[in-house]
Amino acid sequence: MQDLFFYLFAALTLLCGFLVVANPFSRNPVTSAMFLALTIVSMAGLFVLLHAFFLAAVQILVYAGAVIVLFLFVIMLLDLKEEQRRTANKFGIVTGVISVGAITVILIKTIFESHATATVATPALEGATQPLGRMLFNDYVLPFEILSVLLLVAMVGVILLSKKDLR
Amino acid sequence: MDWNFILFTFIKIACVIGAVLTMFAYSVLAERKISAFIQDRVGPNRVALPLIGSVPVVGPFLTRLGFWQPIADGLKTILKEDFTPAYVRKAYFWLAPAIALIPSFLTTAVIPFGSTLGNPNKKMVIADLDVGILYTFGIVSLGVYGIVLAGYAANSKYPFLGGIRSSAQMISYEIAMGMSVVPLFLVVGNLNLSKVIEYQAQNGWLICYAPVSFFIFLVSSFAETNRLPFDLPECETELVAGYNTEYSSMKFALFFMGEYANMIAASSMMVVLFFGGWTLPGLTTPANTLATGLLHIGIFVGKMLALMVLFIWVRWMLPRFRYDQLMDLGWRRFIPLALANILFYAGWFWMKT
Repeated sequence: MQDLFFYLFAALTLLCGFLVVANPFSRNPVTSAMFLALTIVSMAGLFVLLHAFFLAAVQILVYAGAVIVLFLFVIMLLDLKEEQRRTANKFGIVTGVISVGAITVILIKTIFESHATATVATPALEGATQPLGRMLFNDYVLPFEILSVLLLVAMVGVILLSKKDLR
Repeated sequence: MDWNFILFTFIKIACVIGAVLTMFAYSVLAERKISAFIQDRVGPNRVALPLIGSVPVVGPFLTRLGFWQPIADGLKTILKEDFTPAYVRKAYFWLAPAIALIPSFLTTAVIPFGSTLGNPNKKMVIADLDVGILYTFGIVSLGVYGIVLAGYAANSKYPFLGGIRSSAQMISYEIAMGMSVVPLFLVVGNLNLSKVIEYQAQNGWLICYAPVSFFIFLVSSFAETNRLPFDLPECETELVAGYNTEYSSMKFALFFMGEYANMIAASSMMVVLFFGGWTLPGLTTPANTLATGLLHIGIFVGKMLALMVLFIWVRWMLPRFRYDQLMDLGWRRFIPLALANILFYAGWFWMKT
């Protein structure tokens, strides 16, 4: 049962992810954004299968619920007629293939070099929110804070750039 | 897999969906009757069924109450012409009403609408998730797609503006809403909604502990359900009918149903989070018998209906906000207030330990 769901969600993730970048039926950016939302929802399904309910919920809440809605917001405000007529250029294809290839190589190398110790211990973060919070704010508090400062800097930068007259 | 469990869950799902649909039909009636009362009118009082209408006292009474009106309304929407304008984007035009309706049904899955049915294994909640509240917020945040896509699909000015407005409004108020409940979970120490009710059974309702949270949550849920005073996405005076301008017949009814199902979901969330769910002061132990189990469900539904009346009442009492006022209220008032609220509770617990 669990395996079946894994293959279902994995296939959905891959299929929708493919349709985001290369949809043969429509070159509409809104369709791409919707498939990105579906990709994220099916990834949340994979998190549920790993018993990471918190991550699954946050994934849907943050990405599907806020980030992609903002994508849609921006896409809908732009003039998209030109984007729909545009065909893929060579530079884009070459850089895309190179970066995907590099990531694939890194992933495969990591999988083969990791010592597949047969005992898959039950993860300490079994779905519950409390251990996750404890870990995030005790062991990993520095990276966490640095990340939030990074986001803050990005936010301040956006406000600065979008302000027309600086007083 | 336990077949008993699966069967019981299916029965619960069927009952909840049936209850939500019935409540939708009758909350529309309640809306019309209450608005009539507020505006000093009579409201729907004509529809009668042939046989029951002629029963001496009960028949005329039910007719005057408008009891059969939902049947007439339903028949009318189904029989109306389902018109699709030529210039719409077909796929999204068909998809949007469904996407608007589904999330509001999904939220009801984690809401504990009663204690048990006598047997402690028969919990009256469809899915007793450990991250119940986060699940609800996740699903609620998906609700915005229905409206945004409806605005986009219609491919004309006013629906589009409605869709844009709703996406900005719903994202803004989701933040305030999410932050407003954080103090509750500092108090309770658990995200599971059944545990929240358990806590309230022992220590009293959470509205006494966190009144500011309740206020923010209430106002934000008006904004999230697109109800007046925050119904900017479909504001008639500016946008014709906003995102559902191009929709007719059953597709329009689905949006309408989505709005009321959202109201039902929001009211039940408030009952669970702030008003103790199925508990009453002095009635706090989970049910041992079928009768008390049903009584608990009755108490829950009663509280929920009271909040629904509040939703309807506010709609007919308050004028609509201006769009910049709405954004100002969300970002400059509620988010700082909610943050201060979190800090206050965190500081308080820090002092105590």
